[in-house]
Amino acid sequence: MRALVPLIAVIALVLLVFAGVQTANMQFLFGVVIPYAAIAIFIAGFVLRVLKWGSAPVPFRIPTTCGQQKSLPWIKQNKVENPSGTLGVIVRMALEVLVFRSLFRNLKSESRDGGQKVTYGSEKLLWLAGLAFHWSFLIIFVRHFRFFMQDVPSVLKMVEGMDSFLQMGVPLFYMTDAVLLGAVTYLLFRRFYLPQIKYISLAADYFPLFLILGIGISGVLMRYIYKVHIVGVKQLAMGLVTLNPAIPEGGIGVVFYIHLFLICALLAYFPFSKLMHMGGVFLSPTRNLSNNSREKRHINPWNYPVHVHTYEEYENDFRDKMKAAGIPVEKE
Amino acid sequence: MAAKLPKPDELAAGIDFRPPKTGWMDTPVELKEGMFCWGAKEKNLKAVSFPNARDWSPKEKDWKLPENWQRIVLEGMADRLQKYRSFKLFMDICVRCGACADKCHFFIGSGDPKNMPVLRAELMRSIYRREFTKAGRIMGSIAGARELTLDVLKEWWYYFYQCTECRRCSVFCPYGIDTAEITMMGRELTNLLGLNIDWIAGPVANCYMKGNHLGLEPHTITSSVEFFLDDIETLTGIRIKPTFNRKGAEILFVTPSGDLFADPGTYTAMGYLMLFHELGLDYTWSTYASEGGNFGFFTSNEMAKRLNSKIYAEAKRLGVKWIIGGECGHMWRVLTQYMDTWNGPADFLEVPKSPITGTVFDNSKSTKMVHIAEFTADIIKHGKLKLDPARNDHLVVTYHDSCNTSRGMGLLEEPRHIIKSVCNNFHEMPDNTIREYTFCCGSGTGLNASENTELRMKGGYPRANAVKYVRDKHGVNMLANICAIDRATLTASMDYWVPGVKVTGVHELVGNALVMKGEKERTTDMRAEPLPGKEGNE
Ligand code: SF4
Ligand code: SF4
Repeated sequence: MRALVPLIAVIALVLLVFAGVQTANMQFLFGVVIPYAAIAIFIAGFVLRVLKWGSAPVPFRIPTTCGQQKSLPWIKQNKVENPSGTLGVIVRMALEVLVFRSLFRNLKSESRDGGQKVTYGSEKLLWLAGLAFHWSFLIIFVRHFRFFMQDVPSVLKMVEGMDSFLQMGVPLFYMTDAVLLGAVTYLLFRRFYLPQIKYISLAADYFPLFLILGIGISGVLMRYIYKVHIVGVKQLAMGLVTLNPAIPEGGIGVVFYIHLFLICALLAYFPFSKLMHMGGVFLSPTRNLSNNSREKRHINPWNYPVHVHTYEEYENDFRDKMKAAGIPVEKE
Repeated sequence: MAAKLPKPDELAAGIDFRPPKTGWMDTPVELKEGMFCWGAKEKNLKAVSFPNARDWSPKEKDWKLPENWQRIVLEGMADRLQKYRSFKLFMDICVRCGACADKCHFFIGSGDPKNMPVLRAELMRSIYRREFTKAGRIMGSIAGARELTLDVLKEWWYYFYQCTECRRCSVFCPYGIDTAEITMMGRELTNLLGLNIDWIAGPVANCYMKGNHLGLEPHTITSSVEFFLDDIETLTGIRIKPTFNRKGAEILFVTPSGDLFADPGTYTAMGYLMLFHELGLDYTWSTYASEGGNFGFFTSNEMAKRLNSKIYAEAKRLGVKWIIGGECGHMWRVLTQYMDTWNGPADFLEVPKSPITGTVFDNSKSTKMVHIAEFTADIIKHGKLKLDPARNDHLVVTYHDSCNTSRGMGLLEEPRHIIKSVCNNFHEMPDNTIREYTFCCGSGTGLNASENTELRMKGGYPRANAVKYVRDKHGVNMLANICAIDRATLTASMDYWVPGVKVTGVHELVGNALVMKGEKERTTDMRAEPLPGKEGNE
């Protein structure tokens, strides 16, 4: 049920653009207006969301320390997992963002002997799938820049060359296409298959996966099976980036519009969803702060005075008892 | 009366990880006896002027809430979303990947899906979405949103007082989402309605009025310490004379009051006394700042600050140069990540410098407060103590890292260095259960009451299971730690899960091994157990 609604939603999006382009000839709407709108929503939404987070202060220094602190000179500090300076934090964040350090720690708790024993084995599949998914997504994204540039720069050609180094098929087969589809399928599969993950999954978890699957499948179909008019695609893309948009003569092919529209849906959905973890991870106070709050005072902008029970009040409550016990007092 | 506690093997066999058939939003909370603590008493909330003070019981249908309780909660939430980036961010960016799910000791020990950190947080996120996001307001349950009903409030209360803020989940989360932060917010919100538990409210009131959680009055503190001094004299022939509230001492010593009160913490306190005496340290205890721990931290940020303020105030009044803090877990999270921000700057103190070794503790340049394990490790490293580790030869020791000192500080090697210097038999528990991966004792954050023993034993299961592993493999019979709460709670959990394993503070082991100047020959350890080779010498 929680998967069904998002699935139907994605199918509905496909049917919508199909009908719009194939029968109603609304190429301009789907090829120009919606892409511009989606990008505008994405950028504005993303920036606003980050500003909103940024507007809330970080009152306390709360890194989750995952290694030895800076201590006595002969004790080796773990400068990355328990950083006391900026460099350590940068390395820690880089590892987190680039190779998903924390996810790499993943363990699987299993009970054995009828529950009498628990073990914690290494469980890297989620990490692997997550990494494969994000990196192939990034590479595919970068590859698409060839559509937006008059001359394709050599770096891009290099990326393409590496991605297709298997030298299979015509057009050349990109590995990342398969990796992306495989990883997304796994990420989806585990939401159906693992009981706990299924239990916590919301529609908002299935929707982006279906959407990205749709984007991937439409992209693959277009490249390898239902060829679209590739020169037309480039014309449209160039028109969009040069702010001189036009629908190319002779048409491009409806699969392209499906692909494009699903991407627009993803962009527009992004700032309002959990996908914002992309920006959020950089702001996470348990990761991006150094553990130096004993060394340098961390300031809380809203720190305010509070009621305390003063020593004077305390002594007034207990003066006689203190004197009898031989404890020095301020007032005899 | 509390519910009957199942036998250990029954309890373990009964852990069922299959989630219920109904979705979590459609599975109403059921408050099971043995899994929750009694409600806060009126007098304890009144003592610190907390709202809606009244006697109430979680078991009753009527929780005696103020008429406008929903508004109070939602306004409280809005306020905290403005104040804490962590809260706002963690409400927005969870992807429900489930990496944290089986990392929580309460989930591992209970199988209850709402004890998965991610779902614990979703209990609050669902309300956040409804009240603070457009998607949630428009699409309702499709967007994972739901209304704040009385049932939801009870569910919050039940599960936010089934989280010990141990932060193990946050180690594994790819975005560092710390469910403890959400629990802390959840507890703040319940406190706006007077929905505390008495096991927290009582110590808070005590600490506020009398200086410590146990409510020990000044003369009781000195007489407790007198008892220790008698015992030390019997053991070593040496009469120690510590001071209280002494102005002009170089160092103020602050430790959790639990160690003055009950075994085995008392032995740790004796260890401190012996060590400081042997070093000839110019230090004083305080009866006003007689609590290192901070149960206020388990109610609200403000209350925690109110209790914590006494430490610096007392250091200032007595004119000491710096402060040493004793063995405690959450105390050190507070001292590391909160104290200076709340009540600093402590510019009336000096950068701590060990009078024995000359070591300057740069890592606490600003707080001016040194952990006793740092202090002692430094002394031992410099060879300033005469130690006879053979006196601990009847012990096969393992070490439990406290959640807070490992994940909120990173104090990992200091206590290990001490233990290895004073004991000959030391074995680590499996890697995935120590250091930053350590498991909670199961009863932290003020959950160490007696009416919730079943919860505590469930939460203590993963830790106990790892101890059992080293007991069976290496014959471990002593579980060392640096936390006063551990000393109470692990004792109970060992008795239940791994009988035969006892619990000790690290400075008890130090006290045993410490060869003091002019001491008589010892025949027993501090617990009056015969020393190895001295059996029958009585
Ligand atoms: S590990 Fe983090 S992102 Fe994943 S479910 Fe848990 S809290 Fe959410
Ligand atoms: S902080 Fe600890 S007790 Fe709380 S949800 Fe996380 S793992 Fe569980």
